[in-house]
Amino acid sequence: MPSQDPNVRNKNFDEVALGYTYEMAVNEAKRCLHCVNKPCVGACPVRIDIPAFIEKVAQEDMEGAFEILSASSALPAVCGRVCPQENQCEGKCVRGIKGEPVGIGRLERFVADWHREHSNEKPRVPEQNGHRVAVIGAGPSGLTAAGDLAKMGYKVTVYEALHLPGGVLVYGIPEFRLPKSIVQKEIDNLKELGVDIECNMVIGKVLTIDDLFEMGNEAIFIGSGAGLPRFMGIPGESLNGVYSANEYLTRINLMKAYRPDSKTPIKKSRSVAVVGGGNVAMDAARCAKRLGAENVYIVYRRSMNELPARKEEVEHAEEEGIIFKTLSNPVEVLGDENGMVCGMRCVEMELGEPDESGRRRPVVKEGSEFVLDIDTMIMSIGTSPNPLIRSTTPGLDANKHGCIITKGEDGATSREGVFAGGDAVTGAATVILAMGAGKSAAAAINEYIKNKK
Amino acid sequence: MFRIVKKQELNPTVTKMVIEAPLIARKAEPGQFIIFRATEDGERVPLTIADYDREAGTVTIIYQIVGGATMELNRLNEGDCLHDFVGPLGTPSHVEGLKKVAVVGGGVGCAIAYPIAKKLHELGAEVHAIVGFRNRDLVILEDEFKAVSNRMKMMTDDGSYGEKGLVTNALEQLIKEGNQYDEVIAIGPLVMMKFVCKLTKEYDIKTIVSMNPIMIDGTGMCGGCRLTVGGETKFACVDGPDFDGHLVDFDEALHRGSMYREFEQHAREAECELLKKEVR
Repeated sequence: MPSQDPNVRNKNFDEVALGYTYEMAVNEAKRCLHCVNKPCVGACPVRIDIPAFIEKVAQEDMEGAFEILSASSALPAVCGRVCPQENQCEGKCVRGIKGEPVGIGRLERFVADWHREHSNEKPRVPEQNGHRVAVIGAGPSGLTAAGDLAKMGYKVTVYEALHLPGGVLVYGIPEFRLPKSIVQKEIDNLKELGVDIECNMVIGKVLTIDDLFEMGNEAIFIGSGAGLPRFMGIPGESLNGVYSANEYLTRINLMKAYRPDSKTPIKKSRSVAVVGGGNVAMDAARCAKRLGAENVYIVYRRSMNELPARKEEVEHAEEEGIIFKTLSNPVEVLGDENGMVCGMRCVEMELGEPDESGRRRPVVKEGSEFVLDIDTMIMSIGTSPNPLIRSTTPGLDANKHGCIITKGEDGATSREGVFAGGDAVTGAATVILAMGAGKSAAAAINEYIKNKK
Repeated sequence: MFRIVKKQELNPTVTKMVIEAPLIARKAEPGQFIIFRATEDGERVPLTIADYDREAGTVTIIYQIVGGATMELNRLNEGDCLHDFVGPLGTPSHVEGLKKVAVVGGGVGCAIAYPIAKKLHELGAEVHAIVGFRNRDLVILEDEFKAVSNRMKMMTDDGSYGEKGLVTNALEQLIKEGNQYDEVIAIGPLVMMKFVCKLTKEYDIKTIVSMNPIMIDGTGMCGGCRLTVGGETKFACVDGPDFDGHLVDFDEALHRGSMYREFEQHAREAECELLKKEVR
């Protein structure tokens, strides 16, 4: 797939991957073997009928391909771009056993983009069934649940705390990986299905779950995500120049702080350390580079092999000049007399015995202290669910990590009529898993309301 | 939308706005705050709720025109709408069970101190209000404070109105007169709150301060507003903004507040230029 040159793209926020051309898409689609047992479908969290949509692409029936995609996915242009396909659909593709798997994600993206650019057809507004459902959070799980419920005829209102819907798709994942105009378009599609989206609504503060029931909603889906950042608890974390990845990315993506005319500031850094090795860490590092930092380090306590980020993101980061300081862990942030970050004291690590997660536990190497010369530190060591909703909802059980407890796969919580899914239940995971959870919860909510009658 | 029902200049740099926001008015409590964005490309800025009217469905904010965002807000007039208005955020002030309280307000901080004094008064507490301003021209909410306090001390730095001196001078005097306060509630510039705490620590009087760090979302998702309180990291937007003043690391908060000073200066200048052009 064509992409921007690394040394050009690391100075702009335009999309890195440019997508297939029409010919490339059709040719790629012809590589699909149409296996009888379709292993790719089983590996897709929302069970898209992959061989069927690919066949339509091969036949150059792009609209037909889009119809098949949208039967299973509310956000195909998003998922085609951000899903970790190597662990999902493409990871199970039979062509991948000897050689390259079919570019399923890229084809999904092509079809969704083609539809957006060529079709003016408005989605058919489904017939209303007279029942109301409230969705908390306009991230991937909430938007998927809302879309599915609207298609079943429910009157759905989505409540979003920020001033724009999209959740991590707008404040977290940067423009160069996921253009915000595409997210907006997919949200507009939902609105055309009759979904109401109310922004600036912090549920737990302005309205509680009980208020939402009183307002006539028969069921509620909580898709409030896991947005509470973790810090390491080492000395110096309150210095100026230490950001959580959430803050850094929110300033850049939601508030557009990378634009020269933005009214929200962001620190212009010379040398940046991003602590952590997930996709969020890669996003923060690549943003810092684009804002003009000379040196950007990924500081990660395990080795390159254990990086939890997508392989493609790690490769892109490396191409763009991000420096990987693996087997290193910060122990203190150093500050100058004005309270600004001026360095980071680290220790080297080595990998010991595997821990309960099966990954080899990093152990500090004796006498290995060193100081990294930085003026900005970005903490990207994970997030946990925000306590606002569970602390204001009597009878809603959560585990010790703050994740809402659900029974089985349908997302039912300890409160009758309240369902939950996505990161609010699992802790920080992926967009597509959140969508899958939204999808099964929508089906469960439909069953629940039908049986209640 | 969030329509401006009333706009009133309280002094040359401080303005009061009454905003139509029925859902927020229904739940707001003293000590909580809102986040506003004046325009579609504006910055998210927190302001403490100065008053609310549950029946009229309005929320009052009082702001000092200090930089780009507040200048942008101040360009809106009665009948105009704010683009975004979110709240009520933060934990309400704990006022129940207090019998005798000194409420200390400094400058525009008085706008935040007032609803707390009012609530305490409604709950039957004896309220001593100490309000301080740089000079006579900057005085706000004098009558409002008078109406809800048993004693009131008006202080100005230059002696142009009330007594000459700082709020700490007045507070110390009241304490020395033998007033025993269950609590002192201090709201104003960081430096003022720091020195109030220093004083009350000597007399061992519990002191609550309302912190005003830099915020973005105001819902606990970024930690931009974090403070060190009693050696622990707290997020002012969810754990606060009220904290035990004797445990707050004020020097760190002062440093953190100055992080974007240069950018803010530019934003202010840009907004001034825009204003000049419009006047022409």
